[in-house]
Amino acid sequence: MAVMGFAEAINSALDVALASDPNVFLLGEDISDPGGGVYNITKGLSTKYGEHRVRDTPISESAIIGAATGAALAGKRPVAEIMIMDFLGVCLDQLANHAAKLRYMTGGQAHVPLVVRMSAGAGVQFGAQHSEFLEAWLIHTPGLKVVMPSTPAEAKGLLLSAIFDDDPVVFIEPTLLYFGAAKEEVPDGDVRVPLGRANIAREGSNITLISYGLHVHTCLAAAAQLSALGVDAEVIDLRSLVPLDIETVLASVSKTRRAVVVHEAVGRSGFGAELSSLIHEALFKELAQPVRRVTGADTPVPFAKPLETAFIPTADTVATVACQMCS
Amino acid sequence: MAFRHMTEPSIDDLTTMYEIQARIVATDEQFRQRVGRGQATLIYYSPRGQESISAALGARLRPQDYLVTTYRGLHDQIAKGIPLRALVAEYLGRTTGTCSGKGGPMHVTHAESGVMVTTGIVGGGLPIANGFGLAALLDGSDRVTAVCFGDGATNTGAFHEALNLAAVWDLPVIFVCQNNGYGEHTPIARSMRVRSVAERAGAYGIASAGVDGNDSVAMWHAIGAACDRARDGGGPTLIDALTYRFHGHILGEDLAYQPADERAAAIAADPFPAYRARLIAEYEISDTVLDDIDRRVAADVDDAFRYALASPEPDVSSLYTDVVAEVTV
Repeated sequence: MAVMGFAEAINSALDVALASDPNVFLLGEDISDPGGGVYNITKGLSTKYGEHRVRDTPISESAIIGAATGAALAGKRPVAEIMIMDFLGVCLDQLANHAAKLRYMTGGQAHVPLVVRMSAGAGVQFGAQHSEFLEAWLIHTPGLKVVMPSTPAEAKGLLLSAIFDDDPVVFIEPTLLYFGAAKEEVPDGDVRVPLGRANIAREGSNITLISYGLHVHTCLAAAAQLSALGVDAEVIDLRSLVPLDIETVLASVSKTRRAVVVHEAVGRSGFGAELSSLIHEALFKELAQPVRRVTGADTPVPFAKPLETAFIPTADTVATVACQMCS
Repeated sequence: MAFRHMTEPSIDDLTTMYEIQARIVATDEQFRQRVGRGQATLIYYSPRGQESISAALGARLRPQDYLVTTYRGLHDQIAKGIPLRALVAEYLGRTTGTCSGKGGPMHVTHAESGVMVTTGIVGGGLPIANGFGLAALLDGSDRVTAVCFGDGATNTGAFHEALNLAAVWDLPVIFVCQNNGYGEHTPIARSMRVRSVAERAGAYGIASAGVDGNDSVAMWHAIGAACDRARDGGGPTLIDALTYRFHGHILGEDLAYQPADERAAAIAADPFPAYRARLIAEYEISDTVLDDIDRRVAADVDDAFRYALASPEPDVSSLYTDVVAEVTV
């Protein structure tokens, strides 16, 4: 066990994977030393494993995902870095039309054990093209798995599971967690957190707050506020959206009869809509209130600080909505 | 290396290329006839006219080498050695097809033959071919990857990104542009200002060759030189193989966009009978040898269609399989 921050934990997972399997390699823009990427996530790895296994690429996102897909089809376990999630827009054909569909199109002859890592999210005033969460695009594409960790230990364990998974996994790293996640004890070595298993981040009995990644912390902060008001909130950290641990969600909502889904991506056709629908379909008669969503605004992400702050869901909003539902 | 370029194709190489073309021509004819008669329903992009290029690939690539192709890929798939029964069955959506009927004519993969990806996205295969090349580089193997695409694909961003990356990483990839003069319905002169696709290699600092894609022997030399370069660590090659497609973009479409005299001239210069005549005149291969090949091919193609048409369509229970790995609980 060592105490690590979020970035350090991701670096540790990559280190463990590179050390344990010669088929693992990394590729992406600026990822080699001395910098180790714009957020220093891969720092030290090219020095340790060589630039043939930690490969800088041109600014060519389609070429990055394509090369990773081909190498994965040939038996490698590539970990590609797309610097910022919005850049998926320039390589979505390779990911959605090729990596995602190849197992199916080949009738199971081929598989694509590929991980695509990326930073995502608002809160650092990068403006509309460097701040989005786009998980809804990916969830809508059968064949992709979608993972978003919320803590350092989760990040390491989920990333190791993703790398050794036999399907393409998009691994979304909330940028604010690089800087803001509380350090915690992270297991040494190859200790994996399985995909498709949600974590109950806080137990409670009156209402279920469901989120993933950064906004698990928003929900925990809301739960603390609610506790002072006599409302006992349960917080579920989904960890992976595909595969989805719907059983844990439904068991919790069966107990609390109330649910709020929280995410930063725009609300319209976001993952909250899907989850709300799944809960209603399964538990309609048991619900005390309709499922509510607290999400990013249905707008591009703005630059100016007050606008950006207004875009992002807050613990206050989550607590207010939850209070209304419990009153 | 210079010496190897001097080598001329053996009689075996020449007859292999003849047999591949005969197989392509006969299979294509069956598809066109059966679609025309309503005996088969499929979206079909005939490769007829472009088969010399595939024949050279088939003769030059080793079994373990990889091939990536496109929706107009029947000729490449046959040339790389996909068994005809499984190939035809896949085109017809049968459970005995290479992909159990889930891929169809635009998405054929047969890993055993090295045909790894057939893409329906123009330009989409080029970045993936680099990945196969990269895997060979990481493994220190001498495996080569060839990727086929049309002239239209050279106007995509994927082409640019892929050739540039292949260049900077010295990847063992052969980029084979089957330049049939049209991107879907638009002639090449309205799609690019450079005089030839081969010129584009200069933008990436890689080797290139402009070749008569209807000349099997010239293609055999060009593909061979590119294979040697790739296996010797010399990096990628762009081959601009000039050819023509006899049956337009999709079978059954209105061909008004192609001048009729242009098409008629191309068909009059049909590379397949021309190659047969050349084998007899220039290489003294007998009619008997070629007739034997024709008979064997006709029997194989007939057998493949009988087999495919008699094969069952997939059970609907397979709709949900192969999306992701099966989870064992």
